[in-house]
Amino acid sequence: MAIGVKTVSRPAGDTSYVRASLKGLSLTFRHLFQKKWTMEYPEQTSDAEWSLSKRWRGTHRMAVDEHGKAKCVACGLCPQVCPANCIKLIPGEDEQGNRYPLVFEIDEFRCIFCGYCQEVCPEEAIHVGVHYENAEYTRDGFVYDLERLMRQTHEVSTLWDPSDPRGQ
Amino acid sequence: MTPISGAAFAWAAVVKIPLVFAGLLVLIAFWTLVERRVAGFIQNRLGPNRVGPAGLLQPVADGLKNMFKEETLPPFADRFLFLLAPLMAFVPALITFAIVPVAAPLPTRWGLVGTAIADLPVGFLYILAISSLGVYGFTLAGWASNNKYSLLGGLRASAQMISYEVSMGLSAVAVLVLAGSITLGEIVQRQQQSTWFVIPLFFAFCLFLVAAFAETNRLPFDLPEAEAELIAGYHTEYSAMKFSMFYLAEYSNMVTASALMASLFFGGWDIPFTAWDDSAPWSFAKTAATFVSFWTKTLAFMFAYIWVRWTLPRFRFDQLMDLGWKVMLPIALAYVMVIGVAVWALEALGLPFGTRYALALGALNLVAAVALFWGLDRRRLIGGAGARARGPWRAPAAAAAAARTGGAD
Repeated sequence: MAIGVKTVSRPAGDTSYVRASLKGLSLTFRHLFQKKWTMEYPEQTSDAEWSLSKRWRGTHRMAVDEHGKAKCVACGLCPQVCPANCIKLIPGEDEQGNRYPLVFEIDEFRCIFCGYCQEVCPEEAIHVGVHYENAEYTRDGFVYDLERLMRQTHEVSTLWDPSDPRGQ
Repeated sequence: MTPISGAAFAWAAVVKIPLVFAGLLVLIAFWTLVERRVAGFIQNRLGPNRVGPAGLLQPVADGLKNMFKEETLPPFADRFLFLLAPLMAFVPALITFAIVPVAAPLPTRWGLVGTAIADLPVGFLYILAISSLGVYGFTLAGWASNNKYSLLGGLRASAQMISYEVSMGLSAVAVLVLAGSITLGEIVQRQQQSTWFVIPLFFAFCLFLVAAFAETNRLPFDLPEAEAELIAGYHTEYSAMKFSMFYLAEYSNMVTASALMASLFFGGWDIPFTAWDDSAPWSFAKTAATFVSFWTKTLAFMFAYIWVRWTLPRFRFDQLMDLGWKVMLPIALAYVMVIGVAVWALEALGLPFGTRYALALGALNLVAAVALFWGLDRRRLIGGAGARARGPWRAPAAAAAAARTGGAD
């Protein structure tokens, strides 16, 4: 024996190659017929055991009022709070003095999906969405403008559950 | 009907060669898919099932991918040997299969056509000779890559092959003694006359099985290409079709080893519990039925390869050598002696070769096998460091305390 090698004697049943190998083989064979956990993704996106969390923070969506206009009042809170500085907002004002966004763009590449924009929005206009299928053919496609944000139909994130604000 | 001869024999060979090798390559391609599906199933996954119905076209997609991938040639590689090595691995792996009879002989207008490409008179020797040629491919690949990991893989391949070739040959000697011939055709016939050799030679089958796993470099003996230790061993530097060649070589070794186990120990193309398929008159139906029988056995062994692969972890290299030289070799040698004496005794008793003869040998084997597995199970033959230690290990404090109390007494 080499010096300092610690050897522990165990019962033969614990360390026998024969029994352990046979046990292993029977285990793997039983696994052949067990339930398969693979979710076949493009056909199936969720099942009883697994679905996206309601609090998932994905790409954004702009809420729309009953006239089909964006709810945004261009208050400027979201670009202010955004830690990644990914929201570009240029406010405008109509004849009645209502503010609205002339330009509202979110660069989804810069976005870190913290959800602060949704939290800070006084009009509940901008939301992060429960959504993850965002593939594009060009990098430009990831700068979402106002029309695009309004067109989105996916569910929006429930940042927290009001009855359980600390997420417990 | 007389066996085919003359020009017709040559024509039959010309037809059989592409038929057998094309069939073999298709089987190998599909077995890569089976391996991945079974691996998935064992891990509670589905495995590749996207290309074609149930993933059946996956091997085609893989093949196309490998054809069109970039071939890399490492700048410091030995160019000639680097290109030669995949061929050296691939060709012997395929041509070993040439002497395995896959079904009962097929009657044709020109005579009886054997189902092996050539039932060589040197039979089993040919297999031993050619299958050990394959290791040149692995060793040369390791050497020519000019890469330390690859070289280690190549060296491991050759050391392993040499170690286990001996036990494999010795365990097969028992079969040859019992069959009285070394052509696979006659070994199969002999099993049809009595029982499958797995009964009288169960012990030899166990040795052969382990040695065959080692010979084909499959887990738990895949030391030459151990991903975790050697990246990919001898084929680290290979890409595209050259890599595929090693892959195909591995799988065709697997097919050949499985076919050998089926032929030597499980009656080859014999259909159990019936004598209908054993003798003339031959017919197409017999050939077809025995073909199915042969491949059922062979595929069962090929499944076992996969099953074992996804169950057992890899040996350490010194354990591998220990098992080969200190356990398998002495046991195989002793076993050849025992079987030799037993066969001599049975002949002296005048027992004719047949089922009773086989069962008598089987009883002997059962005793030997029980003894072997008892020894293995008690860690008398192989064991971890714990089994090799002189006595049980005790913590230093406990040992000191024991020494003190001992002193007080």
